[in-house]
Amino acid sequence: MKQITGAELFVKALKEEAVDTLFAYPGGQAIDLFDALYGEKEIDVILPRHEQGLIHAADGYARSTGKAGVCLVTSGPGATNLVTGIATANYDSVPLVCFTGQVPTHLIGNDTFQEVDFVGITKSICKYAVMVRKREELAETIKKAFYIAKTGKPGVVVVDLPKDIQRAYGSDFYPKEIMVRGYKPKLSVHMGQLNKALEVLNHAVKPVFLIGGGVNIARANKEMTQLAELTGVPVITTIMGKGAIPTTNRLYVGNIGIHGSYAANSAISNCDVLFSIGTRFNDRITGKTEEFAGKAKIIHIDVDAASISRNIDVDIPIVADAKKAICALLEKAKPLEIFEWINEINHWKKEYPITMGEVGMTPQMIIQSINEMFKDAIVTTDVGQNQLWATQFLTIDENKQMLTSGGLGTMGYGFPAAIGAKLGNPHKDVVVISGDGGMQMNIQEMATAVVYELPIIICILNNGYLGNVRQWQEMFYERRYSSTCMRYRRSCEIGCNQPDHCCPEYTPDFLALAESYGAKGIRVTKAEEIKDALNRAKQNTKTPTVIEFIIDREVNVMPIVPPGNSLNDMIK
Amino acid sequence: MKKRWICLFVENEIGVLARISGLFSGKLYNLDSLTVGVTEDSTVSRMTISLTSDDRTFEQIKKQLGRSVEVIKVVDYTDTPIHMKEILFVKVNHCTDADITELFRISKVYGAAVIDYDGVTVLLECTQTENRNDDLIALLKRKFANRIEIVRGGSVAVSYE
Repeated sequence: MKQITGAELFVKALKEEAVDTLFAYPGGQAIDLFDALYGEKEIDVILPRHEQGLIHAADGYARSTGKAGVCLVTSGPGATNLVTGIATANYDSVPLVCFTGQVPTHLIGNDTFQEVDFVGITKSICKYAVMVRKREELAETIKKAFYIAKTGKPGVVVVDLPKDIQRAYGSDFYPKEIMVRGYKPKLSVHMGQLNKALEVLNHAVKPVFLIGGGVNIARANKEMTQLAELTGVPVITTIMGKGAIPTTNRLYVGNIGIHGSYAANSAISNCDVLFSIGTRFNDRITGKTEEFAGKAKIIHIDVDAASISRNIDVDIPIVADAKKAICALLEKAKPLEIFEWINEINHWKKEYPITMGEVGMTPQMIIQSINEMFKDAIVTTDVGQNQLWATQFLTIDENKQMLTSGGLGTMGYGFPAAIGAKLGNPHKDVVVISGDGGMQMNIQEMATAVVYELPIIICILNNGYLGNVRQWQEMFYERRYSSTCMRYRRSCEIGCNQPDHCCPEYTPDFLALAESYGAKGIRVTKAEEIKDALNRAKQNTKTPTVIEFIIDREVNVMPIVPPGNSLNDMIK
Repeated sequence: MKKRWICLFVENEIGVLARISGLFSGKLYNLDSLTVGVTEDSTVSRMTISLTSDDRTFEQIKKQLGRSVEVIKVVDYTDTPIHMKEILFVKVNHCTDADITELFRISKVYGAAVIDYDGVTVLLECTQTENRNDDLIALLKRKFANRIEIVRGGSVAVSYE
């Protein structure tokens, strides 16, 4: 049998796994792996400017293509810089395989230069973490990593590769299949439970579907839309579930949760059957759990048994993949006569829409313009107010996808994720909705976007504050704006709690910054300039375009359920 | 709150113990004892875990253990007839003649053995259930306050069938 190095086997394994894009940053303990990749034509090796940007890019690539995102970094700081991205991706069930260089096995434990126990660091934030200790285990371990990352509830797998393993010669065999005895992803649907669920649904007077990210991950959007259409049951989504059915569909009610729509939250509070698929009933969607869907029988389908009856007690639990379960439901479901209930929900939708009014340049106007001008697009968001407005106002259908860090809520996610999304989908428009705070957390990736000639459109909603925290300080902490003003300078008065016309200049100048990287910069201060700016950005097909929207400094995300309250108690 | 027993079959690999104990600490699950040893199959280790929790948390613990890739099987021993024993060493220092007589008497009642004795220090070994060992420790603490040293091994359990 042919003898090859571990590094050569690594490259062979990537090809066998059909990896076309590798997000990679070199270093001392990964140099052999990079050497094996040198001149490689089948794999596009992308060099971001920081490992955190790297892993968010791999995440954006994975979410937008459905394929596993693959990262390669060196040991020590290269690896630790991945940590936030690992937790981000794992929390939102994104399949990533992260290869990290490691010091040679005989030096492990000696406090060697750039040595960290990366498996130890990551095991609580990823699906599986493993160090390859023997050259003969390398092929099987890589196969296992891809299998575990992509199947069941997808997640992140870390493979730590000591340098001596990379250099050691061994077999060139790479397995086609693998069996892991402690890992059995659920492949079937329990028909008895499903029939029970249908029985309950068919007798419902006020039913709703509550759809989480599981349906988007299973790519069951078409089937979910059919199920809604067939049964006539209204659909509410979580942030991660948004787009499970087109937001323009008549049966779509809105998002649930502390910044959800009044109609959606009221429907949850008043429904008699809550049919939920692929959600973990996170605290941001339930509000006070004791009063959550208090009148309803709850059905819960989830691929992860540990997500069922954890936060909310469920009447009918079903452990299954969302797509398989929905397909099985489609065969047996029938139309429900629930006209009064639909009217009730439509009344709420009409009476209490989410709106920011028609005056000034509101985030709503900006996002609605994005809706109008980008029909076939991937939109990534950062975290905070920009994200919440996007989840409120963005329209999503089969041609549009939203990528957002829903579980971990990682600022700095949006822009690098867009780089990965654009690399994976070169023919789609990719738009970032970010805030001025989060944009600065991975701004260095502007260089990546420029050098790989990615015409991403970056919309910065600049209010000069870390807006979401500032909003909480305004509403619940007596306007004590502690460390949230981004225009603060040493010369400012201590204990300032409101913006005025003499606030110091914002730094950086995003336009000059964009230009210095070789990107295009546009500043928008008036509502009538929004569309023109977006249009100019769309015409720029060579470089990224940064559009800085100067928005009202103290604009809030409304409605809101105050902390600790039930979904019924929304401030409208 | 109720006392629970779990028998856990895991891959016999470096780091698995850390992964399982980390799962308990990371999610604030209460852990009373955990023992681990290799089984008749050298690639498989078996853990006996005892803990105290409410029903809801216990269900979550079992599910969380079950979803770990390194875990092969989770068996709930809580309401299963099991043989369960824990090894306990108690060293009693500065013993008088009267103390020694008393210790021999206690060891007889509790089914413990005096396994070492140098004239002033007595070493007791007791392989009993966790509860029985608790009782013995309580008694010795009362009688020989501030001069005993205790080492507990944690329980191991096996089902009747």
